[in-house]
Amino acid sequence: MKGAKYNMKMNGAQIIIETLIEQGCDCVFGYPGGAVLNIYDELYKSRDRIRHIITAHEQGAAHAADGYARASGKVGVVFATSGPGATNLVTGIATAYLDSTPLVAITGNVPVPLLGRDSFQEVDTLGITMPITKHNYIVKDVCELADTVREAFTIAKSGRPGPVLIDVPKDVQAAVCEYTPMPKTEKQAYKKPNEAKINEVVEFINNSKKPYIYSGGGVVISEAGDVVRELAEKIDAYIGFSMMGLSAISSENRHCLGMTGMHGRYASTKANSEADLIIAVGVRFSDRATGNKVRYSKNAKVIHIDIDPAEIDKNIPAYIGLTGDIKETLTKIIERVKPLEHMEWRQEVEKMSADEISFYPEDKILHPKKVIEKVRSYTDDDTVVATDVGQHQMWTAQYYRFRKARTFLTSGGLGTMGFGMGAAIGGCIANNEKRTVLFTGDGSFGMNLNELATAVSNELPLIIVIMNNGVLGMVRQWQTLFYEHRYSSTTLGRKTDFVKLAEAFGAHAFRVSDENELDEALKKAFTINGPVLIDCKIDMDENVLPMVPPGGSIENIIVK
Amino acid sequence: MNKEQFILGVIVSNHFGVLTRVSGLFSRRGYNIDSLNVSETENPNFSRMTIIVSGDDYIKNQIVKQLAKLHDVKKVELMNPEETVIREHLLIKIRVTPESRPEISEAVNIFRGKVVDFNSDTMIIEITGEPSKLSAFIEFAKKSGIIEMCRAGALALNRGALILQQENNL
Repeated sequence: MKGAKYNMKMNGAQIIIETLIEQGCDCVFGYPGGAVLNIYDELYKSRDRIRHIITAHEQGAAHAADGYARASGKVGVVFATSGPGATNLVTGIATAYLDSTPLVAITGNVPVPLLGRDSFQEVDTLGITMPITKHNYIVKDVCELADTVREAFTIAKSGRPGPVLIDVPKDVQAAVCEYTPMPKTEKQAYKKPNEAKINEVVEFINNSKKPYIYSGGGVVISEAGDVVRELAEKIDAYIGFSMMGLSAISSENRHCLGMTGMHGRYASTKANSEADLIIAVGVRFSDRATGNKVRYSKNAKVIHIDIDPAEIDKNIPAYIGLTGDIKETLTKIIERVKPLEHMEWRQEVEKMSADEISFYPEDKILHPKKVIEKVRSYTDDDTVVATDVGQHQMWTAQYYRFRKARTFLTSGGLGTMGFGMGAAIGGCIANNEKRTVLFTGDGSFGMNLNELATAVSNELPLIIVIMNNGVLGMVRQWQTLFYEHRYSSTTLGRKTDFVKLAEAFGAHAFRVSDENELDEALKKAFTINGPVLIDCKIDMDENVLPMVPPGGSIENIIVK
Repeated sequence: MNKEQFILGVIVSNHFGVLTRVSGLFSRRGYNIDSLNVSETENPNFSRMTIIVSGDDYIKNQIVKQLAKLHDVKKVELMNPEETVIREHLLIKIRVTPESRPEISEAVNIFRGKVVDFNSDTMIIEITGEPSKLSAFIEFAKKSGIIEMCRAGALALNRGALILQQENNL
């Protein structure tokens, strides 16, 4: 690789662009500004090799890079300028941090001699983002820049992925150094799983009568859905998912019970509590999933398999904790475990599934379940679906039948309202600009609807389905159940006409209030080569059920 | 060191911001730092932190694992107090009268400390030793009246051939 023509003198901005391309990046999201003028200049010069999408707000750019990473498995990249540009990224970075998405954020900063003096558009970006990144850097020597970017990519995608931020002062972007291209970095090697523990786990599985696999985001990230399915089929276990785990395995598989937890599907949550062995893979036992930690599955032994050793015993004590790559660990377990059949368990769970169907909501005009199922009838298995946060998100998780991994983009850990538009934009671009669906609510949509402009400018075939009930549905639900119907600031009472709004941005739009209108709108929407907004009127008193109240367990489940 | 306390030996990169990173981790996870010391090691690329923490087994377990996740942390070890030499350093300014001076001098000798400042009504005493020895002297000093004091974070090294070293060759 060495040769005179490969060692070139370049400025910091050029080095950033070259190293990004070297690391396999061909698309970045961002918003220009004074402190990143040099970087944007180089972006312009390299616009045939790397695509830049400008958004309406840096938050949208961060969510787009995040959505791009979730849908593609690649590292998402976002640029922002110093000061307010960097602070506008914070919510997006925190969203990626809590859901373990690989992201590299590159921010400009004031020149080195001006740092620490309250200069124009200066903030302590490093200090502000330290708690919400896997690692962050400020580069003061241009000759360290290339290696810093490479290391950032490695850290972002290795082990448990996460966001990494690089802060580059403006003078460092202008300074010059030699650049030597290097090959794309590899993920850091995993620790091998403990052989003795694997054998212990195999023992437990062979002796269990009611095995349940709790499958999470880690299975999506490590692309291990097939292995989890194989295990379930070999040992006749049922599979429940955390919200982040959905889509890893086709919902059509008879072992899949769907999401478990606070708003999980009935059979999934019930089976979780009745199991005698819980094989937890790539989950972190968030409080949304466990409810009362002491009573969580008190009948079962928990086997916890995760790439991050810090998660083992963090929230739920594991009978056996296995640190390692899920695919590798489960493959070994599958090889050694006996093929099993549990007829009694099957009968028990089938009864739970029958009960679940009896708890389904009545056939009302435009019930959210119907909206989601209707949209699903038009989409492919490949269609990427994004959501915002709230009731619509829970309904999507409960009723949308996912079949392929990486088709569900949702903010789980941070629960960021406003995630949807940016994520849908990023996910659409990652999926070769194929038609993408966003389920959102009138509250969430109101937070980042400015990104409609981005979708229109880039002619992205986004279908934005707004479950419009005129209220902040999820908060209102809690106020109904736990605050004696005191609806404090959740009745929005806005006069916003979403159809006119979408048209003002240059998008198409429809308003629907029943199934036929929805059908007509969807038929047309799926032929339009650009963003389409569908405003669906939903009943404001619709609750997301089932619900296990906070700190509760299966005994407290509310089904109707 | 009381029962709920434990000692962490941590090797970290000698980079700008590492101390902030580590103390930030402690604060956001809600762990209590009782004392902290950091300095360069024999290898200028690395610093060594010695942290005394109060917490139960759950916290002990979590801290080690969470620290290990930080990119700048190269090695973390829970040090066994029985196989570790632990030293703290104390500077303490106490009130002195002609009557109390002899007793104080005797105490300083017994504790193998040194008088490093001396005038008609105050004395600064410097003592090095195990945390319990320093605490004992501070108790004694309260009788005369402590004007001000400065106690450094504990230093700890494993006895004998055991070394705390970064795992990768860097």
